[in-house]
Amino acid sequence: MSRQDYTVVGTRPIRPDGVDKVTGRALYGADVRLAGLLEGYVLRSPHAHARILRIDTSKAEALPGVKAVITAADLPPAEDRIIDLGEGAMPLSYIRGNVLAQGKVLYKGHAVAAVAAVNAHVAQEAAELIEVDYEPLPFVLTAREAMQEGAPLVLEDLKTKEFGKPSGKVSNVAEHFRWTLGDVEQGFAEAEVIVEREYHTTTVHQGYIEPQNATAFWNQDGRVEIWSSTQGAFVVRDSVAAVLNLPVSKVRATPMEIGGGFGGKIRVYLEPVAALLSRKSGRPVKIVMPRRDVFEGTGPTPGTYIRVKMGARKDGRIVAAEAWMAYEAGAYPGGMVASGAMCIFAAYDIPNVAIDGFDVQVNKPSTSAYRAPGATQAAFAAESVVDELAGKLGMDPIDFRLRNAAREGTRRADGPKYRRIGCVEVLEAMKNHPHYTAPLEGPNRGRGVAVGFWFNVGLSSSCTLSVNPDGTVNLVEGSTDIGGTRASIAMQAAEVLGIAAGDVRPNVVDTDLVGYTAVTGGSRTTFATGWAAYEAAQDVVRQMAARAARLWDVEAGQVTFERGVFRHGERSISFKELAARLDETGGPVMGRATVNPRGVGGSFAGAIADVEVDPETGKTTVLRFTSVQDAGKAVHPGYVEGQMQGGSAQGIGWALNEEYFMSPEGAMLNASFLDYRIPTTLDLPMIDTVIVEVANPGHPFGVRGVGEANIVPPPAALANAIYRAAGVRMRRLPMKPSAILEAIRAQRE
Amino acid sequence: MQTKVRVHTTVNGEPAEFLCEPRQSLLECLRDILGLTGAKEGCNDGNCGACTVILDGRPVNSCLVLGVEAEGRTILTIEGVARGNTLHPLQQAFLEQAALQCGVCTPGFIVAAKALLEAEPDPSEARIRQYLANNLCRCTGYDKIVRAVQQAARMLQGVEA
Repeated sequence: MSRQDYTVVGTRPIRPDGVDKVTGRALYGADVRLAGLLEGYVLRSPHAHARILRIDTSKAEALPGVKAVITAADLPPAEDRIIDLGEGAMPLSYIRGNVLAQGKVLYKGHAVAAVAAVNAHVAQEAAELIEVDYEPLPFVLTAREAMQEGAPLVLEDLKTKEFGKPSGKVSNVAEHFRWTLGDVEQGFAEAEVIVEREYHTTTVHQGYIEPQNATAFWNQDGRVEIWSSTQGAFVVRDSVAAVLNLPVSKVRATPMEIGGGFGGKIRVYLEPVAALLSRKSGRPVKIVMPRRDVFEGTGPTPGTYIRVKMGARKDGRIVAAEAWMAYEAGAYPGGMVASGAMCIFAAYDIPNVAIDGFDVQVNKPSTSAYRAPGATQAAFAAESVVDELAGKLGMDPIDFRLRNAAREGTRRADGPKYRRIGCVEVLEAMKNHPHYTAPLEGPNRGRGVAVGFWFNVGLSSSCTLSVNPDGTVNLVEGSTDIGGTRASIAMQAAEVLGIAAGDVRPNVVDTDLVGYTAVTGGSRTTFATGWAAYEAAQDVVRQMAARAARLWDVEAGQVTFERGVFRHGERSISFKELAARLDETGGPVMGRATVNPRGVGGSFAGAIADVEVDPETGKTTVLRFTSVQDAGKAVHPGYVEGQMQGGSAQGIGWALNEEYFMSPEGAMLNASFLDYRIPTTLDLPMIDTVIVEVANPGHPFGVRGVGEANIVPPPAALANAIYRAAGVRMRRLPMKPSAILEAIRAQRE
Repeated sequence: MQTKVRVHTTVNGEPAEFLCEPRQSLLECLRDILGLTGAKEGCNDGNCGACTVILDGRPVNSCLVLGVEAEGRTILTIEGVARGNTLHPLQQAFLEQAALQCGVCTPGFIVAAKALLEAEPDPSEARIRQYLANNLCRCTGYDKIVRAVQQAARMLQGVEA
């Protein structure tokens, strides 16, 4: 489709699932009700690291109302292999080990045993009767400590992969990689201004409002049914099948409505446990995590230590950049340091780059993706250094970024050369926005900017369309709808078919009813599943054109289709009119498509933040915030703005307040919403948005995907704003009042 | 096992009797006994507001109220907010403003905002933010939620004018 004057794409229809979600009828995972349903509870480790010496479940089993108790001993044996999680992969042994601890507990909150009972209260009482003897072991909580010689080993048999090859060395470092571009030493020799700094960020959680949940029924015919709130039903199907050592065809995963995910609801935690409890009890079992378990037992995102060195010439050109990045993967490898390294200098055209990345095990929960996983921590470091460089060169921070901005043809240190990207356009939109030039009056106030990148992913999606006689279309897809993707996918089909958005009814179905579809993650859903809908609609058009040709007794190839009307010569028939005549022209019409698109378009985002820092308390108030992002093409601008505002809010929370506050014993001390404290209505201003549209040449409508890049700039933008407001460079997240106050006092002395 | 207690209430305008254990929260009673799953459990300790219902005219976290405490009282849940087949202006405004993404906090926000607009028909942005500070949303950054409440206030005043 070449024309740009779309009739549906770019409009703001009300989402098809909207009424059910404002009336309370939409069914989320915890809302599953089945005859004979039992409720489960998971017993978790009180220790950060301990050997399990003995588990005695007899008292729990004897409690009236208890129907099943399981431990890791109930997991079927399985040979280790790699399980595809969509945006990443993990060995089965790690998934099994995280679902129920085997031999050792690796973090406080690690699942040890589980109970199914007549209700959750009884299940919890029973779980507390399970006797577990632990031998506490030395533990390690930060990447730098874990990398020291003689540090306690989280996984005793983990051998470091060094530069892509097994090193044979046992350590907490799963992998050390180095990516280089040009000659970084020569680059720094050429530099006239060099800034080198160290940055720390702490573990933070996605903080979705709906707790993790799963309901399972192990049917007498050997098939396992799962209902859960997941970002990817096929990941659930494949992971559960692998953990239970079943063929995938024996597992049916139904994605219920999901109450937020942000990357945290891709892995399975409860699904295999509920299934094993169901097999043992013969009844369906539902488990909903208490909020404490969500914080302590599910994957947060890594804390990091990052050192960045950048050098520029006096003419404002960045000539060299170096980063040393250690990410805390938690209990199992996979700490997203590679994606952080892909993004750290992604906004710039730098000839000489060297990046060292370390994936480090610590005794904290196994980390999961969180919105542009790894990139926010990296941008906090790099964009703070860029701001300092601009200051030393006496350049405007946006002009300095524009001078060095990545463009089509720029090569990143990890290899790829950019196709058409919108980095320059995002920076120009920031510079031209009234916010950037608005006067900022009053003491203790400052403005900061930053940019960020997320590469986005493609992956497989499937879609079918059935034409109804009234000219509407039923769309079947497999992508969990977290923030309006039913609308953005249906709209792409409607655009092709020349009908209204509301005439395409999208349905998200279970794994038995649709072709394989990867996770809702990587900002891929509107891009890839939308593309599947586009292709399925093209399939419908081809078939319908043949029907029109049959009506008119002409060659199908001579029938044209534009804006919902089939034509041949003087004759024409609308899509809707023809839909009513399918029976007489050969029967029903169904379109279908599967895609695995390669034309992924990365997305750049920028943030402008105004803050006021109270010099007496150190508290930062965000006065004004503008988020700018390249959407490629905004299919539903309302939900694009929503992604930008939501990512900004999470970035602000990460920057100013959120952290896993750990006790000396390795326990999270603030495992509740009250104490972890995500931003409330009172912590945020209105969040202005600017959608930039630099069409992605790799998608029929130019879509890039907008879910993630928006979270990347806020912490750095706020750090840069705080510097201008309070005169202190904050190099540790969160930039909480006590930390800022300490920095102000240290500077005064 | 605990002996169950018979509780007599009015839920969404209809008399509702149920049997519950004394330890069960009102949220559990609504969801598990009466099948009204519109009120959501986000934290079960009064921090997130996803379970907000109106109890005798006042918004409460139903996870912090015991089912037995509801004896003789009147409860409004999200299922009772629409007027028959017509959405309440708040529900319409949430849809038009794209004020929900995942939607799990939405019932709590709409119920709490309804209590606000009934008490104060024309609240300022600051007042809306203050009133809704007990309701957490992780998807939207609250911008569109605040705008939806402002729109609903205008709609309600227009209807009543």
